[in-house]
Formats: sequence, structure tokens, C-alpha cells
Amino acid sequence: MPSAAAADHPMIRLERLTKRYPGQDAAAVDELTLDVPRGEIVCLVGPSGCGKTTTMKLINRLIEPTSGRIYLDGEDVTEADPDQLRRTIGYAIQQTGLFPHRTVAENIATVPRLLGWDKARTTARVEELLDLVGLDPDTYRGRYPKQLSGGQQQRIGVARALAGDPAVMLMDEPFGAIDPLTREALQNEFLRIQSEIKKTIVFVTHDIDEAVKMGDRIAIFAGDGRVVQYDTPEKVLSEPVDDFVADFIGSGAFVKRLTLTRIGDIDPAADWPVVTASDDAEARLSVLAAAESGFAVVLDAERRPTGWLAASLNRGDDRLLGTGLPLLGPAGPDHTLFDALNGMLANSTDVAVVVDDDGRYRGTLTLAAIQTLIHAAPARTGAAGPGGGTAGRTPSEREVR
Amino acid sequence: MNFFGYLAGNYTEVLGLTGQHVLLVLTGLALATLIGVPLAVLTYRTAAPRTAVVAAAGILLTIPSYALFGLLITPLGLGTAPSVTALTMYALLPVIRNTIVGLREVDPAVVESARGMGMSRRQVMREIELPIAWPVIITGLRVATQLLLGIAAIAAAVNGPGLGRLILQGLDSAGTPFAVYLALEGILGIVVLAIALDLCFAALNRFTTSRGIRA
Ligand SMILES: Nc1ncnc2c1ncn2[C@@H]1O[C@H](COP(=O)(O)OP(=O)(O)OP(=O)(O)O)[C@@H](O)[C@H]1O
Ligand SMILES: [Mg+2]
Repeated sequence: MPSAAAADHPMIRLERLTKRYPGQDAAAVDELTLDVPRGEIVCLVGPSGCGKTTTMKLINRLIEPTSGRIYLDGEDVTEADPDQLRRTIGYAIQQTGLFPHRTVAENIATVPRLLGWDKARTTARVEELLDLVGLDPDTYRGRYPKQLSGGQQQRIGVARALAGDPAVMLMDEPFGAIDPLTREALQNEFLRIQSEIKKTIVFVTHDIDEAVKMGDRIAIFAGDGRVVQYDTPEKVLSEPVDDFVADFIGSGAFVKRLTLTRIGDIDPAADWPVVTASDDAEARLSVLAAAESGFAVVLDAERRPTGWLAASLNRGDDRLLGTGLPLLGPAGPDHTLFDALNGMLANSTDVAVVVDDDGRYRGTLTLAAIQTLIHAAPARTGAAGPGGGTAGRTPSEREVR
Repeated sequence: MNFFGYLAGNYTEVLGLTGQHVLLVLTGLALATLIGVPLAVLTYRTAAPRTAVVAAAGILLTIPSYALFGLLITPLGLGTAPSVTALTMYALLPVIRNTIVGLREVDPAVVESARGMGMSRRQVMREIELPIAWPVIITGLRVATQLLLGIAAIAAAVNGPGLGRLILQGLDSAGTPFAVYLALEGILGIVVLAIALDLCFAALNRFTTSRGIRA
């Protein structure tokens, strides 16, 4: 739990950190100064060979810096015992590095064992983590890594990194090298997990879309081991500091911004005509008569949307009292504007129905509303600049509400 | 008298010599393992010492066995000492080479993640690298054993123990009716041992290799 004093110092502070590999003129990491606020995900992103992995390994001292200091939770760990230090920092890599000769349970138990936890506590932790990453303990604890799919291995890799309950996690392309669908599922799950565990995470990726999605902040590395921009995703997308960053973001910055806003954080329009299960034909007809848009949303007794009713239905038509034309993919709180827009395009409609966690009707979102939201975005991101303490994505989201 | 009749007459001697033979081979193998595995562990990471160690062990293996056993008489005298020493030297190459190959085949990401979670170098070697390399190491031991079983027959020439004595007796009494039987007993003993020990190693491999890395 962040204490009152926690605000004084970032969880991770890198100070003029430099790494020059022997026999190389250019530094792999050059005078890097970076603060990672407590409980946030910071994405290191940039082209191949720009020093992301090196930076990450400097933090847990798998690589010794040429110069500069590293502070963890305010404490200078530049010369701390590396083995002790690493037991307090979670570490997950793309290749997973799972121990092939050990079972899933033994793999996850690695750090607890090093920390000398007793058997009962370790076993309980293993079960808890398997549940957390969505793998049934009874099925998977006794398996060996080779008996898992790539995505499952990466889940175990993440579970293993979390096992010692470290405050800080280092993740080097943990969801790389898997198919896009599985990657997206893992990303979403990880964001859900992070919303519960609130670790301080350094997340390396070379994929700007992943960085935008996962990061509370993004550090963009240029090719020469320097960070050229360190900002919230909104800010990076709306105000790239130079051409390098703009190029790196690539085309479609506005479309990417759609992924930053979750439906749960916006107020959907509540003025769409609605009929409920209890309304009789007369009541429905009068609603439909007033429906300028040509459709009304049908809700069941629990106020869950079941379909659309066309305003053109005549008195006496059977369909008038039915549940309506099928409703294609209502947008839930975890969906983004991107998902909502994508759904509209897929279904050739310009309106999406918005529901809450329980699937109950909250309102509607139109194409025009998305346009308004996306253009309002740059203005609202001004508050969440760098150095804004713990200001992450949250304040800007609150402004949207 | 046929071969089996002859065997029935001296089978206690044959069994005794077979026991000596196994003991001799396993002693040589054990010493080679005690020397070879640590050497491999110390050198496998860097090219120069690694190449040097493998080359040296390779040269040992090219010395004709008669010559090596003979040469060792000067410092070590006759009997078991030069025999064990020679066998140890011959076993070094398969043991060292397979240990190095096995350790180098361990996925670097596995070692890196072990280090990244705070295991010491020693822990990584003992708990991760050696167990993963184990099937390859044990194959080296298996090859070395087969190699030594044959070479150990030469030990008789320096008055060492083992089945070589039967073969030597056979050669010494060439021309007599039982010369061939004696040699045959020695050879048969070695063949039976080769098969038996190979089965033992197969079983050992099976019971000591994690299911997660078994082929
Ligand atoms: N062990 C090493 N010895 C020498 N040079 C190295 C070493 N590791 C990395 N480098 C060099 O340092 C630079 C940064 O490498 P690093 O692995 O940090 O890049 P990266 O940003 O993680 O790239 P990628 O996206 O391809 O993983 C590269 O130019 C690389 O060649
Ligand atoms: Mg990298």
C-alpha cells in the first residue's frame, strides 16, 4: 500500500544511467533519467536495438551499468547484492524461460522457495496465481512446460514473476510471439490483474499499439539509447515531440486514441427511445411514433437490451410485442471506443447500445458522439503531463465522465 | 570337451574376473566423472579453455592403449593402479565433451530467467543447468562405459585385474585345445557386461531424468 511518504519518491528512479558494452563506441543506454511512479505501468518502446532490454536488465542488475544510479523505492540499489535484489523484483521475458524439467507448480514456486517460504504458504500461493492467470490448478499444476501452449506458457511466466509478491515487475515483451487474438486476451487479463495488484511495472515492447494499451506512461526510445518522449499515451498520440516520435506512432494516431477511452468511463446518451417488456402494444406504438431515429431499444424485465424495434411496424403486427431485431454486440464497460466503432462499422449502423457490467442498459453511443469525444481528447490530456506525481490515465478519464 | 563343458569347469573364476572387470571399469568411469564434469563446468562458457580441454582429452584417447598402459608402469608399477589411471584418461573425452555439449544446449533464456529471479550462479548450475543437461551427460557416461569395457581387457598386460586375464591366458596357450575357449570366455564376459551395463544406464537415465525433458 502506498504510504503517505510514498508520494515523495518514485518507485523506480534511474539517474543518468549509462551502459556501454565493451568494444562498442555508442552507448546502448545513454544518460537515461527516468522516474517510474508507484503502481503504474511504464512502457519502454522503440525500434529494435534501441536499448529497451538493456534498460530493463540494468534495473535488476542482470547488466551492470557503466555509470549512473538506480533507486528502488527511494533506496540506492546500484551496489546492492544482486541475488537478494532480484528476489524482490518480478521478471518475465518473451521466451518465458520456464524451467523445462520442473512442473508448472515448481516453476511458480521458484522465488517463494528462494525466499524460504514454508510449504503451505508456497502451495497456497501457487494455487492463487494459477487462478489469477486463468488456469485451473488441478489441471495444470503438475504439467511440464512442454505440455502447455505458447499462450499458457506465457501465463505461467507471468504467474512465476508475480509469485514472490514483488512491488516491482520487469516484463520484456511478455506477450510477444503469440497470435494477435491470444495476445489481446492476455493483455486484457493482465490489465484486469494489474487493476487488483497495482504493481509498479516496466513493460518493454516494440509495438506502439501495445504500449498505448498497456502503459500509464510511455517512454519512447530513439535508436541511440536515449528517451525522446516520456508521457501519457494520450499526450504521446496527440502531441508527439518530434518527427521521430510521429513516425514511430505511424499513421492513425486518432484511431489509436480510440483505444484509450473505455466505454465504462463515458456518459452514454440516455435520450434514445426505449420500450420495456411490460409496455403493451399501445405504449410501444406511441414510443415508436415519436422515434425520430426510426428505431427503439427493447429492454427485458431486468432492463437488459434484447433488440431493436423498427418505427415502421404497424398496429397489429406480431413483431410489435416481440423482443425486436437482434442486437449486435452491445458495448460493455471494458470495451473501448475503438471496439464500439468497430462494431458499428461491422454492422453498418451508426449507433451502439451501451450496457453496464451486468448487461443492463445504460444508453447509446452514436458515431457523432465518438467524433466529439475524440476531438475533446487533446484538451483533457493537458493535466496529465510528466512529473505529475501519480497522475496517470485516471485523471483524464475522470474528466471524460 | 565342448565350450560349455569347459565353462562349467571354471565358471567361478570367470565370475570372479567379471566382477573385477566391472569394478575396474566403474572405478575408471567414476574418477573420469569426478575430474571431467567439474572441468566441463568450469570451461564450457568460454571458447579458449573449452577448446583446450576437449582437445587435450581427445589426444589422450588417441594414445594406443597398449602403449599407455605400458607407459604408466614406470610411475605407477604393475596391477590396478596403472589400469585405473589409463581407463580414467580414456573416459575423459566422452564425459567432458558430453557435459559441455549438454550445458551449452541449455536455453540461455532459461538461465537468464533463473538469474533474473535471484538464483545464484551455483544454484543455477546445480538446480537448473546440470539437471537439464543430465540426459546428455549420462549418454556420455554410457559411451565411456562401452569404450572402457573393451579397453579394460588390456589391463591384464600390466598385471591388472579383469576378464583380460582369460584372453591373455588364451593367447599364451595358443595351440592348446582350450586356448580358444579361454579367449571366448573373456570376450563373452565383456559382451554380456556391455549389454547389462547399457541396460543399467538406460534405466538410470529413465529414473533420474525429469519427465519434462525426457524425449
Ligand atoms: N551482451 C551484449 N553485448 C554487446 N552488445 C549488446 C549486448 N546486448 C545488447 N547489445 C547492443 O546494445 C544495443 C541495445 O540492445 P537491446 O537488447 O537493449 O535492444 P532492444 O531495444 O531490447 O531491442 P529489441 O527490440 O530488438 O529487443 C544493441 O545495439 C545491441 O546490439
Ligand atoms: Mg529487447
